[in-house]
Amino acid sequence: MASAATLNQQTLKATLDGLGQKAFSLDELYQAVDQAVEANNATLNAYLALNTTAVEQAKNVEQQPLAGVPIAVKDNFSTVGLPTTASSTVLDGYQPPYESTVTKNLQAAGGVVYGKTNLDAWAHGSSTETSQYGRTLNPRNTKHLPGGSSGGSAAAVAADMCIAAIGSETAGSIRQPAAWCGVVGIKPTYGRCSRYGVVAMASSTDSPGPITKTVEDGAMLLNAIAGHDPYDATSTKQAAPDFTSFLDTSIKGMKIGVLYHDLKGLELVSPQFDAATRVLSDLGALVEPVEALNPHYAVGVYTIVQRAEVSSNLGRYDGIRFGHDRSHFGDEAKRRIMLGTFTLSSGYNDQYYVKAQKVRSLFIQDYAKLFSQYDALISLTSPGFAKPVGATEGEAMFGELEDLLLEPSSISGLPGVNVPCYHDPKTNLYLGMNIVTPMWEEGRAIQIADAFEKATPWNSWRTPA
Amino acid sequence: MHSSTKATFTQKQVEHVADLAHIPVTTNEAKQLAQDFSTTLDVISDLEKVDVAGIEPTHQVTGLSNVTREDTVDESRMFTQAQALANAPKQHDGFFVVPRIIDREA
Repeated sequence: MASAATLNQQTLKATLDGLGQKAFSLDELYQAVDQAVEANNATLNAYLALNTTAVEQAKNVEQQPLAGVPIAVKDNFSTVGLPTTASSTVLDGYQPPYESTVTKNLQAAGGVVYGKTNLDAWAHGSSTETSQYGRTLNPRNTKHLPGGSSGGSAAAVAADMCIAAIGSETAGSIRQPAAWCGVVGIKPTYGRCSRYGVVAMASSTDSPGPITKTVEDGAMLLNAIAGHDPYDATSTKQAAPDFTSFLDTSIKGMKIGVLYHDLKGLELVSPQFDAATRVLSDLGALVEPVEALNPHYAVGVYTIVQRAEVSSNLGRYDGIRFGHDRSHFGDEAKRRIMLGTFTLSSGYNDQYYVKAQKVRSLFIQDYAKLFSQYDALISLTSPGFAKPVGATEGEAMFGELEDLLLEPSSISGLPGVNVPCYHDPKTNLYLGMNIVTPMWEEGRAIQIADAFEKATPWNSWRTPA
Repeated sequence: MHSSTKATFTQKQVEHVADLAHIPVTTNEAKQLAQDFSTTLDVISDLEKVDVAGIEPTHQVTGLSNVTREDTVDESRMFTQAQALANAPKQHDGFFVVPRIIDREA
């Protein structure tokens, strides 16, 4: 059993077991988390706001299964009683009058919003360096970035400043920071978790999801937040399965295709990734390289589609009903709004936007073909380790190129799980494996990730580093 | 690889788009943005190589269409006037104050 001071270092599963057995109290649990936040947040800048009544709320929780545990929530989810900024000063001081469906579901399952975490402003980025409230640092090595846009949530998990966290992904924003911080991130199928009350970025790909210490924790948290929502027209009516039912299940006989194995720029980390794929073979899966549509085309598609949707979604910020006027947008938001306005403007719409949506169809067709032969597709999550602090400066396309390996599955709406697949003892930084499955088949990605995690030493909560 | 299609975006185009998007930009910002947009359009121009003859565009991936809900008032989601105005920077007699957009001097 963990000592009282280290209760924050437990997984969600261990925390719930401990609370159930009355091995410790909620007061002790929150004290340990509070101490970690007090010790680290000034340096890491993972949280933008803390819920000062979290422990009182936790003690009033009667709902299971989450039983009052502290959950960090990305600051683009509307939360009544806590400011919501999307890390932009446009929303400085904004107090949402309504609750996002995901945080409502979280609370209905007994979770407590412990605090709101930093992100790239408006979730535009893959570094958390473009936040207008200062960058977040990677807890594994503070000379490096945590990735993004859900960098604050990934950092809060990696530094044990919460028990688990919620992030959101449009194209990489859950999986890439999870990879850089050495934690687990689940990007559900588009439509699995409601977008209602999430500060909209690219409406056709935005997907809320869990960032956690283990795959098991991710499955438990996904159970709590998934489900149909009449207030999100693209939310699925299909009932979500119990995602924990896919844990501890053999992957023997599964066919797994390895994507992007010969892509330029991955040479430095290929040996580590090859070793990781051999673990899946050892577990009885049939693992072989496959050819897929060039992911660089997905960067073009995503860049056009995302900017177009951003220019529309951020059109509502007029500083009249709430927030501040449009002069408060940072450089990255200005770039994206204006580029989207351009690609949608008269004379350019067909050349850019419609063309991009057609290439998007090609990616969906390509995946359909691959999934007729394979149960899952894997690749590295990010082309390398976490980049050093300052890496985004002067790089107009930083995020898109970092998310190269994830954008094809994002524009296709597919689910994916990041699981740590290598640890460099010299830098204390991680690589992640991205496991992609067909629409609505998160369970299979969870099954593979769980089997991989339990067969390898890379999870720092299962095996002391 | 992009040499034949090197995109150029002019400062004038930036200013036009800034006006459409209602984003204030200074002359220096417009210069920098013109460069940034050229870089981005250069990456995008890769798509010119892809043949999409006979392919329909995908605007969203779920296959759902015309999702509606009953046109009824859900009182649990209603705001009071005070709640609706709580975040407004400028208000007058219980109304939002908006900038004048008609009869504006050109």
